[in-house]
Amino acid sequence: MGESEMTDSTSNSPAADARRRRQARPVTRQWRKRALMATYIVFVLLPVYWLLNMSFQSNTEILGGLTLWPEDFTLEHYAKIFTDANWYMGYVNSITYVAMNMAISIVVALPAAYAFSRYQFIGDKHLFFWLLTNLMAPPAVFLLPYFQLYYTVGLFDTHVAVALAHCLFNIPLAVWILEGFMSGVPKEIDETAFIDGYSFPRFFVRIFVPMISSGIGVTLFFLFMFSWVELLLASTLTATNAQPIASVMTQTKGASGIDWGTLAAAGALTILPGIVVVYFVRNHIAKGFALGRT
Amino acid sequence: MSLILENIDRLVGGETYINDVSLELQPGSFNALLGRTLSGKTSLMRLMAGLDAPTRGRVWMNGEDVTGRSVRKRNVSMVYQQFINYPNLSVYDNIASPLRLARVKRREIDRRVREIAEMLHIAPFLDRLPLELSGGQQQRTAMGRALVKDADIILFDEPLVNLDYKLREEFRDELRAVFAERNCIAVYATTEPAEALALGGNSAVLHEGRLVQYGRTEEVYHRPRTILSAEMFSEPPINIIDGCVSGTEVTFDSGWHFPLDDDLRALPAGEYRFGVRASHISLTPQAGDDIEMRMSVDLAEISGSETFLHVHNERVHLTVHLAGVHEFCVDAPVTLYVPTHKVYVFDREGAVVHIPSHLGGI
Repeated sequence: MGESEMTDSTSNSPAADARRRRQARPVTRQWRKRALMATYIVFVLLPVYWLLNMSFQSNTEILGGLTLWPEDFTLEHYAKIFTDANWYMGYVNSITYVAMNMAISIVVALPAAYAFSRYQFIGDKHLFFWLLTNLMAPPAVFLLPYFQLYYTVGLFDTHVAVALAHCLFNIPLAVWILEGFMSGVPKEIDETAFIDGYSFPRFFVRIFVPMISSGIGVTLFFLFMFSWVELLLASTLTATNAQPIASVMTQTKGASGIDWGTLAAAGALTILPGIVVVYFVRNHIAKGFALGRT
Repeated sequence: MSLILENIDRLVGGETYINDVSLELQPGSFNALLGRTLSGKTSLMRLMAGLDAPTRGRVWMNGEDVTGRSVRKRNVSMVYQQFINYPNLSVYDNIASPLRLARVKRREIDRRVREIAEMLHIAPFLDRLPLELSGGQQQRTAMGRALVKDADIILFDEPLVNLDYKLREEFRDELRAVFAERNCIAVYATTEPAEALALGGNSAVLHEGRLVQYGRTEEVYHRPRTILSAEMFSEPPINIIDGCVSGTEVTFDSGWHFPLDDDLRALPAGEYRFGVRASHISLTPQAGDDIEMRMSVDLAEISGSETFLHVHNERVHLTVHLAGVHEFCVDAPVTLYVPTHKVYVFDREGAVVHIPSHLGGI
């Protein structure tokens, strides 16, 4: 950018002058754009920074006054989380039920999405719509029936309970995304495979699934995300054995008041898995938001 | 390995795709399915393959009723218009996959895959993925997969449409060579009469889901049974002029009279439709029996070393296929000569009543 300005200003012909005037405007516009973007990013990242900042400060410093960076740098909060079973089991529990939910959802959604994308059957459109309506109801609506049902059948306070409950919104979501990706695969591929003599399961696993692997990756990301952040169902359907981290965080009021630093550290650690997952699917995520329909 | 379709109908959601088609394909034959888009070529091929089941009618293969049999249990292969390959398998694995599924021995697979790849000129690309190849090479891979197994029927659904002109010519020659030494039934769908003629063998002309005519390709071309068949099987389409025969004279709509050729004297009086191939009309008189027509030029299309001349007068539009490059001004007057001894005559319903005598007559 700066280079082109330099070369322009060296020539003094009227034509170059005019050219410079024409170019000057886009350059300032570029800077304005960048400044706007920078401001935006600062505002977005500020809470995250503040969280990290707090997690490295001692509780007295947090409560003391405004400090922009940890003056009394400490890792004690992180140490506490990684040594106290109450804390780290929260993470283990969350990861367990999220992984279970991802496995169940994808296994159920793959064949369902294939059916929606390849076959026409009576009421297929209505069924698809009904699936989507499950995404529209707030999970709280289903809280009471789930609680009552799980309590009666002895599923209460287990990882499976939460994993199954999260299927409520995750399976429709997965079917929706995968259907888009699958519809992008020409039907002739399926037919060619059957002409070649592939059995359906073999075709599905060997040919079809690899073809939509990026779609599956994106779907897994969304499944992870929604199951990871959901708190209401997860905390209500568990007590101690399968308590999610977010629920542990709400119970940190000790005798000495709220342990701010540990809470901040726990929050920072909760963001981490999301960042890792996003990193892996970053190239496919835009297509995922378009539900595979490019 | 014969394939017989018996009074096949196919309806989808109340719409007729295939209407009462009966067809018998002989073993070792090469058959072109000729028809415009939506004429039912693909539908018919899918029925032959077993990808779809007919609504009515029966399909026989080698004397066995295979009407409801799934495509997996029939020994067919198919090449689509789009380049369909397994994108996650290498070219080698793509071609090998039908053999692997048929549990052919590994060494035998290797030999056959390489042989086919050699024949289709894709041997250097066996380790690549299909999407890393050009369109022509991708289609060759698809063809390799179709040819590698000894299918009873090989179906080609406009396989060359998405390829460029030069490649198509090359492909056609190769295809003919490949099938010369096989005893399978080949079916080849195309919209272009020239392609069907170049491929030889038999031709089936389809129109709106009906079989118009089936026979040896030259036979269908030279001796169309109906006006539809004649129109489909010529490029540019045959010119049709309505006229009225009375005694020894023919009167065209626009009030021209012409004496009837000896051949045509036998026609009983009445209204007819006269068909003249675009390539039979010329700018200079060819014989004494030529009909002279004064027309004006609409458009002259030059395509390679040929010129397609579109002309009209008050009543008729004609297309003339001239060899060589000719230039015409729009609206310029032009005199054309139509040789009466090369004229086809159809009745009002479209059935042929006269075929030029040098082609064997009716």
